[in-house]
Amino acid sequence: MFSFESFLDLPLVWYALIGTAIFLYILLDGFDLGVGILFPFAPTDQCRDRMMNSIAPFWDGNETWLVLGGGGLFAAFPLAYAILMPAFYIPIILMLLGLIFRGVAFEFRFKATGKSRRIWDYSFHFGSLVATFMQGMVLGTFVHGIAVDGRNFGGGAFDWMDAFSVMTGVALVTGYALLGATWTIMKTEGDTQDWARKCARYVMIYVAVFMGLVSLIMPLMNSDIKALWFSLPNFYFLQPMPILSVVFFVMLWRDLRTEREFRPFFLTLGIFLMNYIGIGVSTWPWLVPFKVTLWEAAAAPESQSLLLLGTVFLLPCVLAYTGYCFWVFRGKASHEHDPAY
Amino acid sequence: MFSHLDPVFLARAQFAFTVAYHITFPAFTIGLASWLAVVEWRWLKTGNPLYEQIYRMWVKIFAVTFGMGVVTGVVLSYQFGTNWSVFADQVGSVLGPLLGYEVLTAFFLEASFLGIMLFGWNRVSRKMHFAATVIVAAGTLISAFWILSANSWMQTPAGFRVGADGLLYPTNWIQVIFNPSFPFRFIHMVTGAYLTTAFVVGGIGGYYLWRGLHVKHARIMLGMAMIMAIFVAPMQLLFGDLHGLNTFKHQPVKVAAMEGIWETEQGAALRLFAWPDQNDERNRFEIAIPKLSSFILTHDFNGEVKGLKTWPRGDRPPVAMVFWTFRLMVGLGMLMIATGLVALVLHLKKQLFTTRWFHLWCMAMTPAGFVAVVAGWFVTEVGRQPFIVFNVLRTSETISPVAAGPIAISLAAFVVTYGLVFTAGAYYILKLIGKGPEIAEEDAYGSHGVKQPALVTDLAAGTGGKDV
Repeated sequence: MFSFESFLDLPLVWYALIGTAIFLYILLDGFDLGVGILFPFAPTDQCRDRMMNSIAPFWDGNETWLVLGGGGLFAAFPLAYAILMPAFYIPIILMLLGLIFRGVAFEFRFKATGKSRRIWDYSFHFGSLVATFMQGMVLGTFVHGIAVDGRNFGGGAFDWMDAFSVMTGVALVTGYALLGATWTIMKTEGDTQDWARKCARYVMIYVAVFMGLVSLIMPLMNSDIKALWFSLPNFYFLQPMPILSVVFFVMLWRDLRTEREFRPFFLTLGIFLMNYIGIGVSTWPWLVPFKVTLWEAAAAPESQSLLLLGTVFLLPCVLAYTGYCFWVFRGKASHEHDPAY
Repeated sequence: MFSHLDPVFLARAQFAFTVAYHITFPAFTIGLASWLAVVEWRWLKTGNPLYEQIYRMWVKIFAVTFGMGVVTGVVLSYQFGTNWSVFADQVGSVLGPLLGYEVLTAFFLEASFLGIMLFGWNRVSRKMHFAATVIVAAGTLISAFWILSANSWMQTPAGFRVGADGLLYPTNWIQVIFNPSFPFRFIHMVTGAYLTTAFVVGGIGGYYLWRGLHVKHARIMLGMAMIMAIFVAPMQLLFGDLHGLNTFKHQPVKVAAMEGIWETEQGAALRLFAWPDQNDERNRFEIAIPKLSSFILTHDFNGEVKGLKTWPRGDRPPVAMVFWTFRLMVGLGMLMIATGLVALVLHLKKQLFTTRWFHLWCMAMTPAGFVAVVAGWFVTEVGRQPFIVFNVLRTSETISPVAAGPIAISLAAFVVTYGLVFTAGAYYILKLIGKGPEIAEEDAYGSHGVKQPALVTDLAAGTGGKDV
């Protein structure tokens, strides 16, 4: 039995890896969930076809990062997985059901004709909306803290339901919508692009407001988070994050008034990254806030070592061929009905 | 409201429902991906457009099935935690890496190259497209490798120790991954998946021949399917037998339930039909062939087969369920072998493509593989009860601390959702089958086009303004 324990802080390495996987999931599925959120508001059916075609080759791969997030957590931090999943029982199930309705819509919508296509339009929209809202609520509950009893979740079935998590749910809906809108700007042209630009201009205001609210409420809710962010010298070290967020917002605001097609999407990624790091810093080093640390939740070092050995080789391959697929399907999406042929 | 319900039963029912529903899709797509790779290879090799048309028809069916497989599979990766959190905590160090490797080596491969397989026609070369099909097919097999390794470990756990804290720790990865029942279960399952696909393809080919539609394509479909039935169905009998012997060695209590044997016997009879009664510890009624069970299991007419009473009542699986699902699986396997034999005879008489009753028979056999696969899983999973990890952890002790209410409601939600999705999926697949393999002119367009930026005006000219 080999183990890298002696020269690596394995739990820390895995924390970083799973953190990266979850962030990639948020970005990648974020834009296709966002397209689903904006879907029924597009001006014409042709716009909707284009939007759908722009994500059809990718959604499956994007969602695989969610499986890696769940599977990775199970593999590297089984205790955290075992406490968090029952804690989020209802929102996770609702998210999964939402993902089912939106996932099957891709294939069914292309096969459907006439009015039945409308059913799958709404299945796609509401599935995306519910999945996103539930992810946001899970996030809200997570940073709020989880009740733990021994090695089990110790709270009730509806612990996840409070004003703060509803707000983070709505916040994530606006966030994904912004990702979806800027993706649509990048991948379409003409009417669809004009509409997406207009959309992004509205949505970004909501995103900014919710980001501000969450950033204010989190320190007020938890004195440790307040101490972390507002004590010296942390205050100075952490300043780049809010400052960069503001810079990205201003640049996005200006870009959306120009013909720029690519930068708005990447600026939105930047905004997401700053938020994500912010949440990571606030909940450090908890994997089940504020009860179980990442070291306490870690699987046996032999298990983390075995999976790490493969990950070192496989993850770059995954990233490479994912990149290849995005490259194959570069450029603008068309609205042809059956993209297979 | 739900306090009278047993959360363990509900959690088991929910997992059984979602996993049984899910397995029907991989059971089909594992075989279909490999078959599509063969069809595309034939097309590249011979240039025969029939193969291309068959590919293009079936890849659409593959896409619908694969989509449903993906969304129902994501559910499972979270259900280990939502329903079986104590199990996840206790075995995470052993099983976690196996599932992690499944995602890294298989899921990403399948998901990424599926996009090219479906939408990449005008964007990559024919060879690259073929490579994408082969990669997706390989991905489905790699995925089966890891998940069956994890499942087999729960049946025949090896290479671990129980720590002082009650958690399970790995001691030898080779023993964990290649645990005693894994090679047998893997071969048995993959062969089952191939046969499932063969009988679906054969059934559709039979339907076209029966109706006199797409006859050239249908001959290829039925012919290729019957090659599988003739050669692979009998092999499956052998693989199944080896798997059964392996189970007899490592999980004799499961075999006793499969055979409906209560008392330990020398020269045990093979019960063809029986009505096992769990409470009375006997079969209420049985038709049996003397000594045959002993012969199959020990290769000796007077060999000893341990009866269910060898184990305490609390350690026995639900006998009737295991007994009946086993007969269902074996019976369907026999029908598959018979189909292959008839096909062989008809082929030698040069009547395979003209014998109408046989085409009807093939249509009737279309769902046989799915039923056999699900029945087989019931045998092996129910036969493992009351343990979740055989002889190590009990199912009832590994459930999440979640009340019966949320489990019951989510079970109902899954049943309704899956029912809707299945109905819609079946409807669209039947529509694709109805449409058949001939390709209409308007379908020839590239999508998502950079090489052909699909301007509205171009399309209007090309398709008579259909979309404008």
